[in-house]
Amino acid sequence: MSSPSSPHVPTGAPIVEVRGLSFRRGGKAIFDEVDLDIPRGKVTAIMGPSGTGKTTLLKLIGGQLRPDAGVVRVDGLDVHAIPRDRLFELRKRVGMLFQSGALLTDLTVFENVAFPLREHTRLDEALIRTLVLSKLEAVGLRGARHLYPRELSGGMARRAALARAIALDPMMVLYDEPFSGQDPITMGILVRLIRRLNDALGLTSIVVSHDVPETCSIADQVYVLAGGKVVGRGAPAELQASESPWVRQFIGGLPDGPVPFHHPAVPYLDDLLAGPPR
Amino acid sequence: MTGSLAALGRWAIGVFGRLGRGHLFLLQVLGASATLLPRFGLVVAQIWSVGVLSLLIIIVAGTFVGMVLGLQGYNTLVDFGAEESLGVAVAKSLTRELGPVIAALLFAGRAGSALTAEIGLMKATEQLEGMEMMAVDPLRRVVAPRFLAGLIAMPLLAAIFTAIGVLGGYFVGVGLLGVDDGAFWSQMQAKVELMDDVVNGVVVKSLVFGWVVTWIAVFEGYDCVPTSEGVGKATTRTVVHSSLAVLGLDFVLTALMFNQ
Ligand SMILES: Nc1ncnc2c1ncn2[C@@H]1O[C@H](COP(=O)(O)OP(=O)(O)OP(=O)(O)O)[C@@H](O)[C@H]1O
Ligand SMILES: [Mg+2]
Repeated sequence: MSSPSSPHVPTGAPIVEVRGLSFRRGGKAIFDEVDLDIPRGKVTAIMGPSGTGKTTLLKLIGGQLRPDAGVVRVDGLDVHAIPRDRLFELRKRVGMLFQSGALLTDLTVFENVAFPLREHTRLDEALIRTLVLSKLEAVGLRGARHLYPRELSGGMARRAALARAIALDPMMVLYDEPFSGQDPITMGILVRLIRRLNDALGLTSIVVSHDVPETCSIADQVYVLAGGKVVGRGAPAELQASESPWVRQFIGGLPDGPVPFHHPAVPYLDDLLAGPPR
Repeated sequence: MTGSLAALGRWAIGVFGRLGRGHLFLLQVLGASATLLPRFGLVVAQIWSVGVLSLLIIIVAGTFVGMVLGLQGYNTLVDFGAEESLGVAVAKSLTRELGPVIAALLFAGRAGSALTAEIGLMKATEQLEGMEMMAVDPLRRVVAPRFLAGLIAMPLLAAIFTAIGVLGGYFVGVGLLGVDDGAFWSQMQAKVELMDDVVNGVVVKSLVFGWVVTWIAVFEGYDCVPTSEGVGKATTRTVVHSSLAVLGLDFVLTALMFNQ
């Protein structure tokens, strides 16, 4: 799917190009000169320890956060340089699944999925119903369409949000932790769903996740982030065989390695001996 | 000494920063409101929730305020044998001051706090960000309809409050204390001016109050710290700031409009 607003983008060029991206938060560098390419039509996984900035990266790609340096190009457009209306046009073609779901709490599941359709199209009610039901069927929530978000479990809310993210048939979907909080059956279904949607609709998918085996089973390409850098990239099989200690630790789930489990702190003993502040 | 000076400076910068953000926000909301005409249904839905749901408290409060005015007015006027002017006294007090002011204070407490809490919670639960990622402008979809609804609902609520208040005064004065029925209405008719009392009082004042209260309410919600504590504080600020703004502006408007 191409749009009149995009400049000529050669087919085969990456759909997302990140160059020299640096981003700081409260004095702490979250990203330091990161380069990434997300190939068109593929499922790309972004993995990394909690707190490395995976969600932040998705928000930078979606244009919600501004980098301190570097560019993010989506479908040839510099996300942080184009005017707001162009950015909104671009966002209509990009679905995003938030880690929290971010469903509208005063609308039912059905209305949540219908929301982007009602906002951006002039389809008649019958067609909207058909579209919404097909998206809900895909995530297994057709029977839950009358429920409000407060009546859903965490996993159901995530699936409803997924249905909403694909409502406009986007060219690219960003999934922030689609599997967390799902039972093994749903997880299996979702894993296959993401792959199937990607191939059947010709999407590009970016999956941010901690669930290494599930994510590796569908990803064409994996980036491993840690400490503000890309520490590994390649097909899942290549990463399994990687020599990099960062990648080995993360993919293997090893407690020891370069990735610290602890948030930076003074030594534990010093902290205990220091006593309460006076 | 320097420490407290620095604190004062920081406080002032904070206050002026917020004022600046608030005004920029108002401009954006006005811009967004202008594009809302084709989707007036959104505004109507909000008029329901800010206006119609405030109706009960407005009616009850209006009745009591009117009754108190009837009682106090009678007690004062009867000493001069002027109790037949009770209708004028009640109507002028209500149209010029009490109607718009008390209705606005109630509106701030009932609708303003609800607006702030609603928008603040939407921010805290990432709903506003989610909309932005769906290419929907929350200023246009969420804030502008609420702002317009407040602007439209406030004068109507003030008018209802005033009318009910006059009836309350009538009930006490004529019904209970025996003021002459015909005198009550005819004096009111003769002395209450359309421009001076009704338009300047009820309409102009309540438009200004509705503007200010709703602006403060939606801004506090949109600008709040997105946590439960932040939403709570923002809600309190809405009620306090908008009530003070209403009382302060009432003095300014009164001085400008009723200064003979
Ligand atoms: N609003 C904020 N203000 C300051 N720092 C923040 C803010 N949001 C996130 N951070 C910091 O940015 C870093 C990256 O956060 P982010 O949410 O992107 O991590 P993540 O990789 O998505 O983690 P997880 O896998 O747990 O979701 C964290 O260290 C966090 O402390
Ligand atoms: Mg995250």
